[in-house]
Amino acid sequence: MTGNDLAGHLLRRAAFGSSSADLLTYGDDLLTYGDHAVLVAIERLLDFGRLPDDIDSKIGVDGYLGVTTRGGPFAPNTAINDSRQRWLFRMVHSPRQLQEKMALFWHNHFATGYAKVAGFAGTAQGARLMAGKPGEVPGPPGQYELFRQYALGNFRDFLVAVARDPAMVIWLDGRTNTRVRPQENFGRELMELFTTGVGPYTEADVVTAARVFTGWNLRNNGSLADTAVGYYEFSFNAAQHDTAAKTFTFPVYPDGGKTIPARTGADGQQDGIDLITALATHPETARRLARKFWGYFISESASPDAQFVENVARVYLLNSTDIRSTVRYILRSPWFENPDAYFARYAWPVEYVVRAIKETGWNGLSADTARSALTSMGQTLFEPPDVAGWALGSAWFGTGSMLARMNFSAGLATNQRLALARDAQPYRASADRVVDWLLARYSSVQFDTAQRAELVRYLRAGGDWTGSDTQLSQRVPGLARLVIGSGEYQFI
Amino acid sequence: MQFTRRSFIRHGVSAFTVSMAAPAFLTDLARAQGAASRNLVVLYLSGGNDALSTVVPYTDAFYYSRRPNIAIPAGMVVQVGSDTSGKAIGLHPRLTGLRQIFDAGHLAIVQRTGYANSSRSHFVGYDIWGTGDPSRPSGEGWLGRYLATLPAPVDPLVGWAAAQELPRALLSRRVGVPAIQDARTYSFASPNSGQVAADERAAALRVVSAPVTRPSLALVNASALGALATLDRVASVASYTGTVTYPNNGLSGALRTVAGAMVRRTGTRVFWVQTGGFDTHAAQGNTGGGAYATLMGTLNDSVLAFYNDLRRQGLLNDTLVLVYSEFGRRISENGSAGTDHGAAGVMMALGGAVRGGLYGTAASLDPAGQNPTLENNGGDVTFQTDFRAVYARILENWLGTSSVPILGGDFRAGAPAIF
Repeated sequence: MTGNDLAGHLLRRAAFGSSSADLLTYGDDLLTYGDHAVLVAIERLLDFGRLPDDIDSKIGVDGYLGVTTRGGPFAPNTAINDSRQRWLFRMVHSPRQLQEKMALFWHNHFATGYAKVAGFAGTAQGARLMAGKPGEVPGPPGQYELFRQYALGNFRDFLVAVARDPAMVIWLDGRTNTRVRPQENFGRELMELFTTGVGPYTEADVVTAARVFTGWNLRNNGSLADTAVGYYEFSFNAAQHDTAAKTFTFPVYPDGGKTIPARTGADGQQDGIDLITALATHPETARRLARKFWGYFISESASPDAQFVENVARVYLLNSTDIRSTVRYILRSPWFENPDAYFARYAWPVEYVVRAIKETGWNGLSADTARSALTSMGQTLFEPPDVAGWALGSAWFGTGSMLARMNFSAGLATNQRLALARDAQPYRASADRVVDWLLARYSSVQFDTAQRAELVRYLRAGGDWTGSDTQLSQRVPGLARLVIGSGEYQFI
Repeated sequence: MQFTRRSFIRHGVSAFTVSMAAPAFLTDLARAQGAASRNLVVLYLSGGNDALSTVVPYTDAFYYSRRPNIAIPAGMVVQVGSDTSGKAIGLHPRLTGLRQIFDAGHLAIVQRTGYANSSRSHFVGYDIWGTGDPSRPSGEGWLGRYLATLPAPVDPLVGWAAAQELPRALLSRRVGVPAIQDARTYSFASPNSGQVAADERAAALRVVSAPVTRPSLALVNASALGALATLDRVASVASYTGTVTYPNNGLSGALRTVAGAMVRRTGTRVFWVQTGGFDTHAAQGNTGGGAYATLMGTLNDSVLAFYNDLRRQGLLNDTLVLVYSEFGRRISENGSAGTDHGAAGVMMALGGAVRGGLYGTAASLDPAGQNPTLENNGGDVTFQTDFRAVYARILENWLGTSSVPILGGDFRAGAPAIF
């Protein structure tokens, strides 16, 4: 294993692949820090707060991935397709790569669908609830902005914020969770999907959890018809809160107490905070997050290593549910560095598309091209299939969705024809050299000898390889398409 | 929910499993499994169809008193006789084509279909009709489970969703169903044309066909191979124009694609098409105009074109079209001349083998007293026929398989005898 291999692995897993600019940064690190360059790169990814958060100012600027508007200004706070384009833009260009990578992880973990939110709030308010950027529109941050804010934050605080997120209140029916008719949806998913997973709680606990969150509701602020003024915000309705004591089958308090005491309506919000604190610090939550991180950062080929799960869970609990410390441990662990983990994860459609753009180029390309292609691949941002998130791993790959990936690769290669042909010029002397150059460009994607031979054969299929301008202009984009559209490139 | 879902993903593979099969073999397989045999086309009306405007109880005085702005005048309905309770029923004025099919004895209308404690949520309702299990709105669909009963290896085109995304109903742990809304875009895109593009496709096929050691890579390559192996069959469908002129709308385009797939013998057993806009909370309209009439016009014209095309192609006896929506709508109109989410709806089945007619009995729309045909304090129509009984009839008497394992229970009793 060389430092470069590990760096490429790091950039595929903790970022969205490596553009030429990313590689230059890493090259500088290598010169300055030598053997410690990977550690420096890990810290830069983790400590993203030290990097500016101003990449949005480059939207619409030459030299960056473009966006497509529909007869009006670009409106990522109020039009969901523009929200999707802005997120894709950030994934390609943000220097804070791990922040976006974690936001994507949390979007799947707290999977919330725009259609239902917009069905309640309307399309403009719906988009704002999902992706409104603080400072650009009044009111609380959109849900995805919350995910960015807490990307590597404290998980317990994050859960409290998610429980009060207006999009989540709509999505899991907190609006209808009242004293007289407790609504179980949020209470159930909080335990089943967001924290411990099935096992440590009973059906009776689900009903009790629903009672805990009675009164966690929404209110309007200002005229909702005007998105520059009006918005939804969290509101605790004390009159709708069930004030009786609530007893669980598992400990809620550090002293082993299982009963949340009776409280007045005015103090009733503390019930939910007590329960969330108990669930966030539950050992099963720690293990479950560790297993999910295994799948995200380490491998989908091997099942979670028992020692890894125990170590990561311990780091998480010892650091009071701090996610940054947990992810730092993972990225510096021997499991992450193990070459067996390289390319052992199926790329999510979003990861696939963003990596392909970063590694191919984007001049003259619109994020909207990727947005529409993603739907055919089975991953529409802000529209997971249900609260359990997307079906990951091999489930991404059916004939239709794989064809969508292959055809995206063709569209991208067509779009980047000039740049690809130009960049190949120094290697034009032989077909082998062109293939080696291209495979290296695509973060050293691993091809078996037989497959690599097919790529060379393709370059030569039109007769002798002379490296003419015509050959470069036709066959290099064709080659790029074969690489990006290959099975090998579907792994990160 | 998570538990079931994740475990099925772990233990099964949604990509099809004929990874190493050559394309020619796939075609033979398709022929053996599918061609010249029965198929099912599900036509889903998305948004919650207002069944009382589709199948109008035009002699019920409460229909008019509770819908002062949107009731269809008795003089305008398309007469189809009376149901077994003697209640006169009329179709929406735009459904003249469906009446032709009804008169030919090929349209069955099953009134008051649904299930107990009907969900008023689009999302949950859609998923329940998809899984066929009101207690479990996630995981595999009823048609996905049917496809999984077919002998392996299953051809990758055995199911075909003519929609943007794969519907819940066709989700399966064993059989990957492609979503092909438009056969013309299900093609091999290339930065090049002519011989260079042909070389590229040949190279793509060889790259994914070469043996690999990693199981995960073999699986992905299998999905790519499946796509490449089915491209030509799908492409043969793209050029199909039909023996009739199909209207210029999305539903007609999807139905023409389905007809093309049947005519060109792709071997597909189950198709899915859908049309939206049925969430008519406002301005439904009544006498010939308005949002609902437009929906009925699209449905009628598209289905009639499809029916006539299949008839001329001699495929009517091999085809069953099943029409449903996720719920019916509230009986009383709301303040914006529309209707809100309700309970029971209407299912329709049409095809050459269908025993046409009116099945089930219309509700009495009288909100007073103990009216057993209504629920929700007289606000909604309550179901009479469990939708799973209709599914069971189709599985048993049309697709020729046992419905009990697929539906997780015996719903055969009480099924309308539509075959």
